[in-house]
Amino acid sequence: MTDENIITQLSIFINNEPGRLAAIAGILKDFNINVKGFNLAESAEFGILRAIVDEPDRAYDNIRSKGVLVKKTDVIGIAIKDSPGSFFETADVLGKAGINIDYGYAYNSNDFDFLFIRVDDTEKAVKVLKDAKIKLIKKSEI
Amino acid sequence: MAFWNKEIETMPRAELEKLQLSLLKKEVRMMYDTSKFIHDRMKAAGVSPDDITDLKTFRKIPFMKKTDFRDNYPDGLFIKPYEELVRVHVSSGTTGKPTVVGYTEKDLDLWAESLARGMVSFGMSEKDLIQNSHGYGLFTGGLGVHQAAEKIGATVLPTSTGNTERQIQLMRDLPVTAFAGTPSYLFHIADSCEKMGLDMRNDIGIKLAIAGGEPWSESMRVKIQERTGIRVHNCYGASEFCGPSFLECEEQAGLHVWADICYMEVLDENGDQCAEGERGELVVTMLQKEAFPLIRYKIGDISSLVWEKCECGRTHPRLMRLSGRTDDMLVVRGVNVFPSQIESVIGEMPYLSTFYHITLESVNYMDDITVEVELNEPFLTDDMVKLGKMAREVEERLKSVLSISTKVKLMLPGTLKRFEGKAQHVTDNRRYD
Ligand SMILES: [Zn+2]
Repeated sequence: MTDENIITQLSIFINNEPGRLAAIAGILKDFNINVKGFNLAESAEFGILRAIVDEPDRAYDNIRSKGVLVKKTDVIGIAIKDSPGSFFETADVLGKAGINIDYGYAYNSNDFDFLFIRVDDTEKAVKVLKDAKIKLIKKSEI
Repeated sequence: MAFWNKEIETMPRAELEKLQLSLLKKEVRMMYDTSKFIHDRMKAAGVSPDDITDLKTFRKIPFMKKTDFRDNYPDGLFIKPYEELVRVHVSSGTTGKPTVVGYTEKDLDLWAESLARGMVSFGMSEKDLIQNSHGYGLFTGGLGVHQAAEKIGATVLPTSTGNTERQIQLMRDLPVTAFAGTPSYLFHIADSCEKMGLDMRNDIGIKLAIAGGEPWSESMRVKIQERTGIRVHNCYGASEFCGPSFLECEEQAGLHVWADICYMEVLDENGDQCAEGERGELVVTMLQKEAFPLIRYKIGDISSLVWEKCECGRTHPRLMRLSGRTDDMLVVRGVNVFPSQIESVIGEMPYLSTFYHITLESVNYMDDITVEVELNEPFLTDDMVKLGKMAREVEERLKSVLSISTKVKLMLPGTLKRFEGKAQHVTDNRRYD
C-alpha cells in the first residue's frame, strides 16, 4: 500500500567539468529515458542531477553502464496542483511527526505539478501524510 | 657600523676556518666521549675522533636526522643531567612524537650571542623597543628573540602571538621601534593597519623587523618594505640548533652563519661538498653545544653558502634564501605539515577512500591549504547537508591534528588521480619570487 507512494528518484553525480551535464543529457536521450521531473543541486566540487524517470530501474542500469555515478533514492511526490497550501501542510505534518525533510523541489510541467521531498523516514512520512489527507502521487502516475 | 663582537665577526677567513676546525675536532671528541649515541654511530662507521684531521675526514661521520630525536624520545640524546640543564623546548610533532631539546646555561648564552650579533648587524641597539610576536612557550621563537634582545640591552615587549588589534594598539601607544614575527604575520598587521586607516610609516614607529619561522621570498621582502617602510631581516634556525639563530645584516645579503658557532655543509646528491654558491642539502653541526649532540644534522633544507666577505665587513659565510626541502615536509603558515599526518586523518574516516591531494596557494601572502578527499561509493549521498557535514568533520579533525585550518573538498568516488608508484600528493602553487 505505502510502496505505491514511494517514488524511485535517480541521483546522478556529475563532476564540475564543462560538457559533463550535456554528456549526461546525451546518455538519457540515447537510452530513451523519459525524464518526468528533475532538479539540479551543486556543491563546489560536483553537481547532483535528481531525476524522476518513467522506468527508474532500467534507466539506472543504462546510466551505470556508461560509467556514470548514479544512486537510487526514495522520494515522495506531493500533488500541489489543486491545493496551493500543500507545501506548508506537508512540512507541518512531517514536523509534528518528527520527520526531517532532507531536501525538496517543485517540478511543474504540462501534465504534472509536483513537490518531491526526500525525508529521513520515507515509510512513516507516507503514512502520516496520507492520514492527513495530503494527496500523494502514485508510482503508476509517473 | 656597530658590531656586537667585532673581533670574531671580522676575523680573516683563514683564521676563522682554523678556529672552526679546532672547535669541530673538540666538539666531536667531547661528544664521542660523552654521548653514547655519537660513540656508537662513529664506532659503527669505523671512525674515531683521531681520524678527523680536516673537513674532508669529518665527512666520514654519519648523518644525524630528525628521526634520531624521535627514536630517542624524549631525552635520550641528552648528555647532561637535568641539574645541569636550565631549559627544555619542545617542537611540534612531525609524524608522531615531538622533538625535545635541552639547554645548559652555556647553550642559552651562545644562542643569545648568535642572535645578538645578528641584531646588532642590522642596526638594533639598546635604544630599541622590540615587540616580539613570536610564540612564547614550548616554541623556541619567542624566548629566543627575547633573551637576545635583552642581551644587547634592548627593551622587549613580549606580546607573543595573536590578538592583532591589541598588537597594533601597543605599537601605537608605546614607542615600539622594532618587531619580530613571521613574515605572514607582518603582512597581516600591514593589512589590518590599512583596514583601520593607519599609515604604518607615520602612525607607527617601527623601523626594523626580524621575520622568520616560515619560508618567504625576496619579492615578499621588497613588497613589505615598500608598504610599511620597515627594514625587514630574514632569520633562520631550528630548535635542534637551539632556535632561531642566524640573521641578516643591514645589507640584506644572506644570513650570517657564525663560523665559530655552527659549521654548515652544503652537499650534493653524492654527499660531496658543493662549490660556493651552489645549491645543495644543508648539513648542520653545532660547534659548542653541551646538552646534546648536533653533528652532521640533515635539517632537510636546500640552499647555498657563500664565503665572500660581506659589504658590512663581516667575514663569516652567508646562507642564501632557502629554495626547497629534501623531504615531503610542508611549512604552512609557519607550521610544519607532513602529508602523512593528513593521510592518517583520512584513514580514520570510513566514508573516505585513501586517495587525497594537497594544494597550497598563497593568497595575500598567507598560505592556504586545500585537501581534496574522495568519498567511498557506499557513502555517496545526494543530500548536500550530509555531504557538508562530512567535509566539516574532516576539516575539524585536520585542524586538531595539524593545528592549522584547511579547506576540505569532498570529491566524487574515482575522481582523484591515481598514481603508479610514489603518489604525488602535493601541488605547491605558492610563489615566493
Ligand atoms: Zn653583512
